[in-house]
Amino acid sequence: MGMPIAHLMTSGMSGIRAGGDLVMRMQFAKSLKIAKAKDYVAKRLGVSPVDLSDEHVMRDIREELGLGVITSMAGAPKGIAAKMNIEKALDIKINCCERFRRQLKD
Amino acid sequence: MAKEYALRMGDGKRVHLTKEQIYEDVMAGSEDAADLADVPVLDSNDVDEIVEILMIPGRMVGVESGREVPVTHDIGTLRIDGDQGNSGVGIPSSRLIGMMMHERAFGADSMELGHIDYSFKPVKPVIAQEMQSMEVVQQNMIVPVVYGAMPNMGLYYRPDGPFDNPGDLMKAFKIKEAQQATEDAADHLTRDMVWIMQKMMKSGSDGVNFDTCGAAGDGDLYGTLRAVEALRKEFPEMYIETGMAGEMVLGLHGEIAYDGQVLAGLWPHQQAKLMAKAGSNIYGPAINTNTAQTSAWNLGRAVTFVKAAVEESPIPIHVNMGMGVGGIPMFETPTIDAVSHASKAMVEVAGVDGI
Repeated sequence: MGMPIAHLMTSGMSGIRAGGDLVMRMQFAKSLKIAKAKDYVAKRLGVSPVDLSDEHVMRDIREELGLGVITSMAGAPKGIAAKMNIEKALDIKINCCERFRRQLKD
Repeated sequence: MAKEYALRMGDGKRVHLTKEQIYEDVMAGSEDAADLADVPVLDSNDVDEIVEILMIPGRMVGVESGREVPVTHDIGTLRIDGDQGNSGVGIPSSRLIGMMMHERAFGADSMELGHIDYSFKPVKPVIAQEMQSMEVVQQNMIVPVVYGAMPNMGLYYRPDGPFDNPGDLMKAFKIKEAQQATEDAADHLTRDMVWIMQKMMKSGSDGVNFDTCGAAGDGDLYGTLRAVEALRKEFPEMYIETGMAGEMVLGLHGEIAYDGQVLAGLWPHQQAKLMAKAGSNIYGPAINTNTAQTSAWNLGRAVTFVKAAVEESPIPIHVNMGMGVGGIPMFETPTIDAVSHASKAMVEVAGVDGI
């Protein structure tokens, strides 16, 4: 376990502690290189690219927009609910959310 | 007596070098990579930067604020409950728990679900179980989660699979037959990987990580590129990551080509363009570590290969930096200082988009 954690601490974007998962999604979804992926997410969230790795900034944004937070908060969006909010925040579609919606009855 | 700095050998053993020795090793590693792949040697600024990083006395270093990159994982779920074969630590837990620990305890930027064997072929008999697992995982996870496995085309040759072993055929000087066996296995591999990923996409997967592509040579990579192409056509929004098994494509077939490009002998900066053409979103080069050389030599060499790939790649580069690749020592529990120094150098000097 030491190896991946050493990478995460040295170079990582801290996942849902900050905004790492959001930048990762844009790299995957649009094949964006790092600077463009950070710019895209930063503009959508109204922050600067450096803020995306800043837990102090991103914690409030994630709570406000319902993007999922790292600590367990009763009643807060988690799993697919959080990802549906991420779809709106980043203007993308996420496969599992699309399939979830298709299963809902009118 | 000149001041010495504590570095590592390629096998992880501690070694002490002077600044001049570190500089010479970084340069020698860079020159080796440049000579092999016909790419530029690192310039003096890059070499100085790597030397400075390697001389930082702290056990852990970090990239400058604002230069952080997302980190993807191969086999990540299995590190918790897996055995030594998967570098697992044997904590009894489900794969979902392993993933949630990575997301909520370790701050991972993405995760993947993988079968304990971690090859595509053994997934076929248990596909319904894997689909169910993916559904439950997607209901609970927030970070991107792809399905990860190795093409591992060696499993398609006798005695494990239906096709004659090209190695045995070549020993009998049956070269054409060996090439045909490779092509047949690659066709089967493509069909299996596409079928499995069709099922996983129906179960809500974000996409796929084809890990250690080319492990069984150029035919293995050929089968994978064709699977990437087919999946991209069927699922335009799918997340596709393709990571390599080694720095150069081994020509076990020797003549097999994708889109007119012979695959044997391709280096990372050439592989990147083919991965993008097939439809990958992210490409992961794997640069082998030489255990008989120092971490300075290995890092100078790895950064040279990867920097050239970053400059020529149209898609993001997430460099492989596990045990024995990307300047990391070939040791199952690589030392934190070696990982941290290499991680910082890859981001700040090679300019990777992720790890």
